[in-house]
Amino acid sequence: MSLLEIRGLRKCFGSVVAADDITFAVEPGEALGIIGPNGAGKTTLFNLIAGGLFPDSGTIHLDGRDITTARPHERCIAGVARSYQIPRPFETLTVFENLLVAAVYGRRKSEADAAQACGEILDQVGLMRRANVLAGSLTLLERKRLEMARALATSPRLLLLDEIAGGLTESECGALVDTIKALHDSGVTIVWIEHIVHALTAAVGRLIVLNFGRKIAEGNPDAVMSSADVRHIYIGIEA
Amino acid sequence: MAKHSKSLAGTGQYRIVTGTPVSLVAAGGTLILVAVLTALPFFAGRDLLENMIFVFYMLALAQCWNLLAGYAGLVSVGQQAFVGLGGYLLFALTIIAGIDPLVAILLAGAISALFALPTALIVFRLRGAYFAIGTWVVAEVYRLSFAQFRQLGGGTGTSLGPDITNAVFGIDWVKSLLDVRTPAARDVISYWAALALAVGTLLLVYLILRSRRGLALGAIRDSEEAAASVGVNNARVKLVVYIIVAAVTGMIGALIYLQKARISPDAAFSVLDWTAYVIFIVVIGGIGTIEGPILGTLIFYLLQNYLASYGPVYLILLGALAILVMLFAPKGLWGYVSQRYGVELLPIRRRLVWKKDP
Repeated sequence: MSLLEIRGLRKCFGSVVAADDITFAVEPGEALGIIGPNGAGKTTLFNLIAGGLFPDSGTIHLDGRDITTARPHERCIAGVARSYQIPRPFETLTVFENLLVAAVYGRRKSEADAAQACGEILDQVGLMRRANVLAGSLTLLERKRLEMARALATSPRLLLLDEIAGGLTESECGALVDTIKALHDSGVTIVWIEHIVHALTAAVGRLIVLNFGRKIAEGNPDAVMSSADVRHIYIGIEA
Repeated sequence: MAKHSKSLAGTGQYRIVTGTPVSLVAAGGTLILVAVLTALPFFAGRDLLENMIFVFYMLALAQCWNLLAGYAGLVSVGQQAFVGLGGYLLFALTIIAGIDPLVAILLAGAISALFALPTALIVFRLRGAYFAIGTWVVAEVYRLSFAQFRQLGGGTGTSLGPDITNAVFGIDWVKSLLDVRTPAARDVISYWAALALAVGTLLLVYLILRSRRGLALGAIRDSEEAAASVGVNNARVKLVVYIIVAAVTGMIGALIYLQKARISPDAAFSVLDWTAYVIFIVVIGGIGTIEGPILGTLIFYLLQNYLASYGPVYLILLGALAILVMLFAPKGLWGYVSQRYGVELLPIRRRLVWKKDP
């Protein structure tokens, strides 16, 4: 059974169709990339999956269970975790406390049990030496790492990454790709939205292209990127 | 079973530590202070006791509002609804039902919590500024409703007779213990009740913030959307806080009006006395900290004590001070101090440490 199954998802904001009959599935252990020009409906799709928005029609199933109308915190407990494109750390909590909330509420752990898991995640994403400083004092790269670490602290089955590499330097981006690959190797299913195509294709096994809320291509990253439709959209954007 | 960390040599475990040396000293200091305050009636006059009662209930109200607005993001301008409700419940329970006033205070808390549930169903539909206005409107509805009760004096209010105020539990014991007359003994009992309520409120807020719910409140304060995305049921956490605060506020209201022994709808449901001043205290002291409202209460008490005789000038000064603090120390005076010097008297921070296996 697919881990995530999306069928006929549709969402309009007034006359703008942000998601137009989108259907796809994500298999357990897969890493799926989603690209598309600005305004293609990528973040809207994430909001529909994570529960920030509810669709006008269509269904979302997680592991066979219908979560179309579940509230955001219920989806987190069911196993969906996300990072935000613009990081939203809990600024007045420390980095460690950011993860602790996620582990205690997202995974229903006691604080003492959660400490061990949070420590290991901080180690994994390279934030250990910042564990006890306020999250509000982090740099952009650290905030992006915190977004990922906090999502991981909920022990997700499905991790949604929203432009986590955006705004980073080339070497920072490379380090992030390595972290994401390691995560994927450890068995986490990943759906990753990204503008930086080479970072994305280095980590995912399948690519979906969105444009004007519609899915216009899907498949092997190399094949998708060389298809005529996708080249047409990206000419002038990808120099 | 010891788990392995990649960056640190050896085996061990991650643990959570909360206390700091400063906080240990602060805890000891607090215990001594509470002991001194408990013994105060043995060597202080009635004026000081009455002033301290005022300080205690303003402190308790400030802690409650701070938990509500500073942590749960529920900026209510209608907490006078529960002060008035508690006060009127005390009068109703003692005059009509003949219950001992101290027991009535506890009952007033429980009944206020029951009233908070339907109130929340209405005001929780509103967000931000609309929530603030909504709570105020609900408080007005409470005021107008209690003005309808003839048995409690209608719009003009009523008084507690000496038969009730003098029959407070323990009054004979206090009279013989301190060798004082009945009115003074009544004040002593009110003083101890107010002290217990203030310390109890402080302890309750501290324990809530130290619990897992405190973590969720911190997350909600910083980003509601992100809090929900990591599994926090925002609506439920907020509802629990609203109801707890209503119960405590109701008890404070009951105590205030036991001491005043006279109640009227306009005074009991006064937005100025029970919400505006409380907001002033929390804002100048430091919203979103436990220490802030304590500092704010002391400043407010001193200002009131020395400036209230100037009339309108006093209110202008209060407003000016609030504006200055908001402009130059937006996190309040305590927020300014703790940021500058990194002090935290009541430790609610959780620090991650690595403990090596022996």
